[in-house]
Amino acid sequence: MPDSADIAKVFMEAIPYNRALGMRLISLEENAVIVEMPYDEKLIGDPETGVIHGGAVSALMDATAGTAVVTHPSRPVGTATIDLRIDYMRPATPGQSIVARAECYHMTRTVAFIRAVAMDDDRARPVATATGAFTVERAS
Amino acid sequence: MSRPRPEPMQIVKQRRDAALDALVARVPYIQFLGIEFDRRGDELTATLNYADKLIGNPMLPALHGGATAAFLEVTAIIELSWNSLWAEIESGAVDVERPEVEWLPRLPKTIDFTVDYLRSGLPRDAYARARVNRSGRRYASVHVEAWQDNRHKLFAQATGHFLMPSSRDG
Repeated sequence: MPDSADIAKVFMEAIPYNRALGMRLISLEENAVIVEMPYDEKLIGDPETGVIHGGAVSALMDATAGTAVVTHPSRPVGTATIDLRIDYMRPATPGQSIVARAECYHMTRTVAFIRAVAMDDDRARPVATATGAFTVERAS
Repeated sequence: MSRPRPEPMQIVKQRRDAALDALVARVPYIQFLGIEFDRRGDELTATLNYADKLIGNPMLPALHGGATAAFLEVTAIIELSWNSLWAEIESGAVDVERPEVEWLPRLPKTIDFTVDYLRSGLPRDAYARARVNRSGRRYASVHVEAWQDNRHKLFAQATGHFLMPSSRDG
């Protein structure tokens, strides 16, 4: 059986959209995953300030959360987002990577509940937070 | 007393299309995702042109939830900005022949955005329309619906709140 680090790495690297956004797995904790997305000019949403688009931050949150689900110790075989709510606290500083940490804080047989936070270099003030529900597919 | 003679249709269309193109073209992330906007009068429909990079589940395959979320958020922001720009163009307050910096509005900022994923996104084009449910001086609430083959079978919907830009003068 592959360990969760392998699953997480594959989940990041084999998914085209995660690759297109340059996402990279940083580390795995128990029930939590940390993923980095480097700053890139193609991700700019506000041309006046160079701030990354909220949609790119959403993608990072969604991907990190999904990885937290499939690396959960109960070993689901797949997942899909049911719903995801993002709160944008402040604009991410242009030029800095965004790092998301997603935690699967409750898991049933069929549904995973996650929360996530996204930071830039200023680790004291979050850029965005998210909560969501994900499907859980079991090998059964 | 007769109303003034309307302008030729081509002139009106050109002006509206130039404004919409300018609004959309300057956001790099919209270009990266491959989103385009069609206009019928003031009504906008966004198209997310399918590309392999948008896949989030290669096994099915299905669109990435993050690509879907971004598509909906882009649609909401452009709709909001277009609504205020439209009013300014029609009233004559804005002249699109002038340099863009003089008349292009600053974009609204997302406060929160909630996406419902109703069914998996198929590997083909997707469409979306946004409805502004409330638009105040500072805050706006927008609902967005997205579909693929069948207009009445949504694959995702979203609601978001936005902080409106302060006016160009103030």
